[in-house]
Amino acid sequence: MEKKPKYLIKGGKRLDGRKPEEFRKMKISTGVVKNADGSAVAEFGKTRVVAAVYGPRELHPRHMIMSNKALVRVKYDMLSFSVEDRKRPGPGRREVEISKVLSEAFRNVVFTEKFPRAAIDVFVSVVQADASTRITGLNAASVALADAGIPMRSLVTGMTFGKVYDGKGRGHVVVDVFKPEDQWGMADVAYARSYSTGEVVLLQMDGNMTKEEFLKGKEMADKAIDAVYKEQVRALKEKYVEGLE
Amino acid sequence: MISNITKKAIEDFLKDGRRLDGRKPDEFRKIKVETGVVEKAEGSAIVSIGDSQVIVGVKLDVGEPFPDTPDKGVLMTGAELTAMSSGEFESGPPGEDAIEVARVVDRAIRESEVINLEKLCITPGEKVWMVFVDIYTLNANGNIFDAACLAAMAALSTARLPEYKDGEIIRDSKKKLPVDGTVVSATFAKIGGHIVVDPTMEEEEASSARITVGVKDGNIVSLQKGGDGGFSDKEIEEVLGRAIKHSKNLLKALK
Repeated sequence: MEKKPKYLIKGGKRLDGRKPEEFRKMKISTGVVKNADGSAVAEFGKTRVVAAVYGPRELHPRHMIMSNKALVRVKYDMLSFSVEDRKRPGPGRREVEISKVLSEAFRNVVFTEKFPRAAIDVFVSVVQADASTRITGLNAASVALADAGIPMRSLVTGMTFGKVYDGKGRGHVVVDVFKPEDQWGMADVAYARSYSTGEVVLLQMDGNMTKEEFLKGKEMADKAIDAVYKEQVRALKEKYVEGLE
Repeated sequence: MISNITKKAIEDFLKDGRRLDGRKPDEFRKIKVETGVVEKAEGSAIVSIGDSQVIVGVKLDVGEPFPDTPDKGVLMTGAELTAMSSGEFESGPPGEDAIEVARVVDRAIRESEVINLEKLCITPGEKVWMVFVDIYTLNANGNIFDAACLAAMAALSTARLPEYKDGEIIRDSKKKLPVDGTVVSATFAKIGGHIVVDPTMEEEEASSARITVGVKDGNIVSLQKGGDGGFSDKEIEEVLGRAIKHSKNLLKALK
């Protein structure tokens, strides 16, 4: 077992050399799952997540059919070998909860009333986990839904932020937490907004933060979200706009 | 499910700053906390918030620690939205709503570090105390999150720690479970452009989004947004302030 490090930030540098407001190297690409109606893969540092969309399609089980709108359901899963110690395959309670909050985030933006009685299924698979997996999955799923041509009010774009300690135990707010910060840090927050409408559609936190620290982290995350959104749009344009280098 | 007419009434009332049960938007229902309700359990409590009633029992067992925390006890939180507590709930294994309640309460207790899990180690890497916190709804009329969190806290802070001798658990012990401090949560629902605290089930159904804020010593220890709607930046900031304010009254209810 790894020992708890003496500090997670020192002289304004995090364990991987990043500044507090710096996010990891990111890349999003579309069209990775040929059979799906839309798909995308998102990478944030070592975290890599694939998302695939099927639908609108017939909804099973039939008792879940809604006569006035489509059901958007996200299924989040981690592959067994995506983490240090093998994860038991299949969804546990953690996966059920994450699937629920991701589903709710996308129901906010999809024009579900355009497809009564249908299902829009989004599968999110974590191939490699180095923290921030649900948000990386969300950023991929958002692009996958657009790739599938699902009409949406906006793309959904997310970022994590957290609080890490220095050698003296003082807390510092950082964005895009990676594994050691997730495991040993003082707080972490998963945060996503509907980019065009500005609404916060996903918010989860655990740890210990003052209100001021939270609001500071959120502001830092908003700047990072602007960059992630640009990458999401770039990934879509790369596939659909000709003549783009 | 609520009728459109009730939903409309809830929205219309809120325009004048009123709620169907006569409360103000920032007013909790009456809270009642009763501990030691199940003698067989190491700790227990029944908490009522208005008509919502939740029972929590704490049981302790000896088990193996997780490999990554060999010198720490294990906390396990479960929740059931029982079919008997509302016509809206069905029997069967916990669904996503029940799992969410369990995980949100678990996170508040875990992250606020109110249980000293290091004191629950018996033999490092081999034997530790496992703390099972099980939540059951008795009558559900909205805001199960806060009732469950209060009941879990009340049950834990009055729980006994059994003794472990020669491979046997001696349950009639005078020792107390190492609990230090208190975490409480405040849940809000967004209805139209209004945000009400401690929503009833009707208000939850009329709402577009929900947010639960865990607070310990004036700091935020957990957050969970639910529902298909969203919150603006201003609303989030407002809710955090209101939650910190309510936490003082919730702490009083536990005394």
